[in-house]
Amino acid sequence: MSEVPILEVNDLSMVFGGLRAVDSVSLKINKGEIVALIGPNGAGKTTFFNCVTGVYVPTHGEIKINPPEGKTAILNGLKPNTINEKGLARTFQNIRLFSSMTVLENVMIGRHQCLKSGILSSILRTPKQRKEELKVLEDSYRILEKIGLEEYANDLACNLPYGGQRRLEIARAMATDPFLLLLDEPAAGMNPQETNDLVVLIQRLRKEDNISILLIEHDMSLVMTLSERIYVVDYGKMIAMGSPLEIKNNSQVIKAYLGEDIDA
Amino acid sequence: MINLKKIRKAILTAVWFMFLTFPLMVMKVNTIENTVQWRWINLAYIGISAFIFSLFWEDLLKRRDNIASKDKKKSINNKISRKLENKKIRNISLFVLILIVVLFPFIMSMYQTSIITTALMYVVLGLGLNIVVGFGGLLHLGYAAFYAVGAYTYGLLYYHFGLSFWLCLPLGALFSALFGIILGFPILRLRGDYLAIVTLAFGEITKLVLENWNDFSFGPSGIANIPRPMFFGIKLKLAEVTNFTYFIAIGLTILTIIVIKRLESSKIGRAWEAMREDEIACQSMGIDITKAKLTAFSMGAVWAGIMGVLFAAKTTFINPASFTTWESIVILCVVVIGGMGSIPGVIVGALIFILTPEYLRAFSEYRMLIFGLALVIMMIFRPGGIIPKIRKTHQFKVKEVKE
Amino acid sequence: MNLEYFFSLFLGGMTRGSIYALIALGYTMVYGIIKLINFAHGEIYMIGAFTALIIGGALSLTSMNPVAIFIIAAIVAIVYSAAYGYTIEKIAYKPLRNAPRLSALISAIGVSIFLQNYVLLSQTSDFLPFPNLLPEFGFLKPVENFLSTTQFLILLSTAVVMILLTILIKFTKMGKAMRATAQDQQMAQLVGINVNRVISMTFIIGSATAALGGVLITTHIGQINFYIGFIAGIKAFVAAVLGGIGSIPGAVLGSFVLGLTESFGTGYISSDYEDAFAFIILILILIFKPSGLLGRKENEKV
Ligand SMILES: Nc1ncnc2c1ncn2[C@@H]1O[C@H](COP(=O)(O)OP(=O)(O)OP(=O)(O)O)[C@@H](O)[C@H]1O
Ligand SMILES: [Mg+2]
Repeated sequence: MSEVPILEVNDLSMVFGGLRAVDSVSLKINKGEIVALIGPNGAGKTTFFNCVTGVYVPTHGEIKINPPEGKTAILNGLKPNTINEKGLARTFQNIRLFSSMTVLENVMIGRHQCLKSGILSSILRTPKQRKEELKVLEDSYRILEKIGLEEYANDLACNLPYGGQRRLEIARAMATDPFLLLLDEPAAGMNPQETNDLVVLIQRLRKEDNISILLIEHDMSLVMTLSERIYVVDYGKMIAMGSPLEIKNNSQVIKAYLGEDIDA
Repeated sequence: MINLKKIRKAILTAVWFMFLTFPLMVMKVNTIENTVQWRWINLAYIGISAFIFSLFWEDLLKRRDNIASKDKKKSINNKISRKLENKKIRNISLFVLILIVVLFPFIMSMYQTSIITTALMYVVLGLGLNIVVGFGGLLHLGYAAFYAVGAYTYGLLYYHFGLSFWLCLPLGALFSALFGIILGFPILRLRGDYLAIVTLAFGEITKLVLENWNDFSFGPSGIANIPRPMFFGIKLKLAEVTNFTYFIAIGLTILTIIVIKRLESSKIGRAWEAMREDEIACQSMGIDITKAKLTAFSMGAVWAGIMGVLFAAKTTFINPASFTTWESIVILCVVVIGGMGSIPGVIVGALIFILTPEYLRAFSEYRMLIFGLALVIMMIFRPGGIIPKIRKTHQFKVKEVKE
Repeated sequence: MNLEYFFSLFLGGMTRGSIYALIALGYTMVYGIIKLINFAHGEIYMIGAFTALIIGGALSLTSMNPVAIFIIAAIVAIVYSAAYGYTIEKIAYKPLRNAPRLSALISAIGVSIFLQNYVLLSQTSDFLPFPNLLPEFGFLKPVENFLSTTQFLILLSTAVVMILLTILIKFTKMGKAMRATAQDQQMAQLVGINVNRVISMTFIIGSATAALGGVLITTHIGQINFYIGFIAGIKAFVAAVLGGIGSIPGAVLGSFVLGLTESFGTGYISSDYEDAFAFIILILILIFKPSGLLGRKENEKV
């Protein structure tokens, strides 16, 4: 494999006080891949996401991207919005929607970057600005259709059922036109039917939008079906990496999960 | 449903309040003349009012909670907002409104016109602060400072250079916006209540500087004889200029409404709201919250600056006493009472808030007492304000979009 | 450099700081538990001062011992302020526990306006002198140039209150319940803490200390009116934020920093800007420490 990875994280560490929540983790994602990041509760998965997306500033390490279109860049020290601009979008484990805005407006926020008009043209309502606004509206509606939330477009985000809120998180992230989507426990709290739909959705997104996906998930059957490669962390440290089959039979992983049934 | 238990409770409440208010309501001590006055009758008033209050209070609270839990889902719009959405009702009420607005100064006295002009100024101030607090979610307790910047812009530029009202109007907006940005920078990192107290501090410092820097601002005595607005270079008589100022206020109010409505439904307006809802998610969606905060502060400040100029022109005299923290709090109350984030709400809020005390002058002694009480009751029974925010909805023809 | 002047400024600052601390405690405790900026807190302090004035004034018409009058007036004032604090919480804040925080803030502003006007209407808008009840302490004679009897009393009572409060919060069951509720209200409820009682208790204690501050400052300054609560309230709030709102040692530290800054600022720089020093030091500190001197840095978990 001589391919250049689109995301390359080297030796990333994040220390909170005395706690090494992420400890020298390295990870690569190739173009078009779905990669899973798993590990027991408190292993540092979400913290890893937060470092990559700029919510936390990592204590140590390097985060490098090679976007399919665009220049190689180092993400260290950049603000979350700049990182998003560069093509990384994420969802949140503890849903963080704009809850008193409508579903459609949530997605429209994701389109923020694509709007070029400034304050003055908004006040003057220039034809260009109006066209842009209309386009954002349509784009956002299309994204909702793709995710299957169009019938709720005018509802408040907080009134969506739980599964719907998780999907809206994905819709909102997709609206930023990412090349890499980071999903933090997208299936948490979903029933089996919803989880199945989610698997189909994620596969469709990868195919139709040409994106790569990094996924945190506790639902092992989902992880095993979706991902090509799996990274396992425990106590902040990377303990294994490999194909689903390899991971399933890795003794260290089994020990880390200690009794948790991983061959679901 | 008045039962024995309730009556017992009401009696206890009455006794409690009689105890509570005893020193202040019954005794009146004059430590200069060394006299004590006993006003026993007040005890009876308190007892009776507390008794009645207690009988109804809990039922009212229960009713409120029942209503709240009945529509568990936060509904998008409330009744008044929905009525306003109806085209026909809207057009009719708009027409009536325009008629009243145009005829008002010709029917009513100069005094009335002047009061309404003041109320309109608070409409604009409320709408401006609403950008910061209602849209952006940034609790701002020093808004009067921007108002002061506008007023002193006109006062000082007139005094030193003889600049006219009309020229100072945009300059006031500009200086105020710049001041907003300057103030915005150091407080970008602060959140919630820390932000509130620092804005309050900025407001107080501004006032103190105006009070004490005599060479610059003429101190507490302020600036007098500021000219009223001229009509294409013509100086008007007092009655005419009152009406003229009224129409300027109307014009500026309409301008404010249009501009703010447009901002609200544009990219920046959505960014402000997203920032209010969740700063981290907002940033992760690619919005630069530094920019969003600074624009919110400056766009909010613009209107205070403009109104400051108008205020100076209307009263012809300014001094620091008009720009206290208390003034900032009044404007904040306008926003919250009207309905945070809701443009019609803030308008109605300002009119009620400013006009009610004016017309309550009959009870002039008691009006602030009633006003304080009204704030509490309002917040308990209608926390979303008089007209809560309407969320914009969009209709899509499914086919059209799919093609 | 005049050493005596310096000392008198220093002790003046400590005195101010003590009063701010007594008021700021109420702010910070209430904020710590229900995240409300209790705007009406300054009014509680004012009511404490007024009640003391009324009781003290009335009793001084009798032939009672002045020191006894002072003690009775102070106790009545403290009891009454605590009762006001308790009642206000029940009426104006409790129904708003689940409402947006700004609603509760506006309600507090409403209470503040109401109480000011209540005192204005039931009493007077004039400044009233506080009867001189305390004798000069003989043992302070050598230092009377920079430490008056009332100043000494203020410093002493503040120290006692701080010690008592620390004991209460660190070692009693109520104190533990308070700390638990401040950490996580729902969790506290789950483990069987009566949150309503804890909140009431917080208001009672906070109001009582504010009243003590009110009584002490009126004896020190010598006169009061209905409006003294507003500025004192804001200053104390500044002190609480300066120290890191929600933190009790923070409130005390913030108060002394504020008191000393004001005292030295007016003494050495300019007395015109007396009130500005408070706000300038606040802004400077918050720019460099956005959550105050002792406030915990809120590292929001995402
Ligand atoms: N902002 C923070 N401050 C201090 N400690 C933190 C912070 N964020 C996370 N931690 C700690 O870092 C460790 C890793 O947490 P993290 O949320 O990354 O785990 P996780 O793998 O996502 O777990 P889960 O599967 O439960 O979501 C935990 O011990 C957590 O308490
Ligand atoms: Mg996690």
